[in-house]
Amino acid sequence: MNLKPATLHSIDEVITHYPVKRSATLPLLHLIQEDVGYLPPETCEWVAAKLELQPINVLEVITFYPMFRQKPIGRRHIKVCRTLSCALLGGYKTCEQFEKEFNTHRGEVSPGGEVTIDFVECLASCGTAPVVLIDDDLHEKVDCAKAKQLSDQIKAEAKKR
Amino acid sequence: MAAPAQRRIIFQHIDEPGYSNDLACYVRNGGYEVLKKSVTRPPAELIDEVKKSGLRGRGGAGFPCGVKWGLVDRKSGKPIYLIVNADESEPGTFKDRYIMHQDPHQLIEGTMISCFANNVKQAYIYIRGEMPHGARILERAIAEARAAGFVGKNICGTTYSCDIFVHRGAGAYICGEETGLIESLEGKRANPRIKPPYFPAVLGLYQCPTIVNNVETLCHVKYIAEHGGDAFTKIGTPNNTGTRIFCVSGHVQRPGYYEFEAGKITMGQLLNEVCGGPLPGRTFKAVIPGGSSAKILRFGERFKGKRKVGAEMVDYDWGVDDVPMDFDSLGMIGTMGGSGGVIVMDDTVNMVEALANINAFYSHESCGQCTPCREGSLWMKKITTRMVHGQARNEDAALLKSVADQIPGRTICAFGEACSWPTQSFIAKFGDEFKQYPETKKAAKPVGAHELV
Repeated sequence: MNLKPATLHSIDEVITHYPVKRSATLPLLHLIQEDVGYLPPETCEWVAAKLELQPINVLEVITFYPMFRQKPIGRRHIKVCRTLSCALLGGYKTCEQFEKEFNTHRGEVSPGGEVTIDFVECLASCGTAPVVLIDDDLHEKVDCAKAKQLSDQIKAEAKKR
Repeated sequence: MAAPAQRRIIFQHIDEPGYSNDLACYVRNGGYEVLKKSVTRPPAELIDEVKKSGLRGRGGAGFPCGVKWGLVDRKSGKPIYLIVNADESEPGTFKDRYIMHQDPHQLIEGTMISCFANNVKQAYIYIRGEMPHGARILERAIAEARAAGFVGKNICGTTYSCDIFVHRGAGAYICGEETGLIESLEGKRANPRIKPPYFPAVLGLYQCPTIVNNVETLCHVKYIAEHGGDAFTKIGTPNNTGTRIFCVSGHVQRPGYYEFEAGKITMGQLLNEVCGGPLPGRTFKAVIPGGSSAKILRFGERFKGKRKVGAEMVDYDWGVDDVPMDFDSLGMIGTMGGSGGVIVMDDTVNMVEALANINAFYSHESCGQCTPCREGSLWMKKITTRMVHGQARNEDAALLKSVADQIPGRTICAFGEACSWPTQSFIAKFGDEFKQYPETKKAAKPVGAHELV
């Protein structure tokens, strides 16, 4: 595992939060995923060694929780809420607008690798539906026009890079 | 009758101009004064105040908080843990988000008072993974409180010490179930534990006595510690004390969060007056009153029976609009107050499609541990999705009902009930719509209708 020094420091710090090392499994997986972008195959062995577990103990956690991914995704991650309150106000159309803007389908990396669009379950902001989580930022009342505007913004930021 | 005014206890400072989520602002508004006083009181006295208050848990089940605390095994000699359930995930619920993002110190103060009352030395806040900013805000707030002596060693100059750490989930709804949450916090899959005989109060985190309370519940504890349990019972109605935060979403003019005294406002007042009624040209068709697993109510149906008012039994004859929004009244009419998430659907919504959306959620979120739930939730999803996108058959309603009826009571946790109640109630109340669906599908959709699955 080739992790940044800051990540390694955070990993050692977070393990001290728990009387039982195994509890740090989720925090470690979050930290590795934030650093690498996904959880590469060597993650299981590495985390298991760090927390004195068997690799299967880590793999079963990775495969259980929807936020953990074992494959790389686009540079930006667009998560559109699919659940009832958002769907009632057009969440499916919002998702289609993003797919159209980036010429891709849900669950795939867009051509050029800029984004991955996913449908996710309830993001707990139903009063401002439809909502979209782009990386760490929640966007509220995202109708098709706002989805286009957010897409343009992402494209503009990509050009600057 | 006009709707009562909001009574903002927990949401007092939410959306207040100039109110920020840092310690200085909280202290300027009288923050941590209740904690300072509480740590000078005997802990048993604080527990008594909570018992007297009648506070019921705000996570969904409405279990009395004082009873939960009373069940804690205090003789085992093992450490007692407190976990803040901040895994807000029930569709339609979005109250804890605002407390954590805008007023995190209120939660920390409530947590520390609860920890002191129960002799807890270590607390964890289990926040859902999709709230990365919320987790950072809480971590910063805890660091501020630690530096000021409100968290950590020797709290407020006493010999009492207790720390809080934030623990992030990773997108699994089942972590809101308290024993699933504990498994997750132990670093495992969030498979809920078998109970009874042992509840978390006896064998919880690391097989030690553990208290799991919702974010809003702990904020109420702060209010109770400040004003007393008796004062709390004067807010709301008997057995439904305090305020409730209603999260209204879906087809109303003004969706959002509203805090009222429990039981003092009816569904009709909430939706028509507070939330501005239906969208222009539409009428209300159905409402889910307490998060998406609560049984649906159909506008036009009536509920009749006897209920206790004071010492007397009186008859009631309510339409959906007349139902008081409290745990007991909603329970009486066959649904529940749950987490306070009110989802409104108007006449553009087809109930088969709405149920297909809900079923997709529950089949995605079943932990997979118990066969009736794992298979049943998936079958219900497959049937309703096929009805919408493939062939719909007249006998599908009966098939759905038979699957749903075989899940509850046969699973380790309440998810079995949660995933079958929508199907059972949709078919009981909108059975005709399911039978007619093969025909409905051929016709044009109402103007303004959205794809739901």
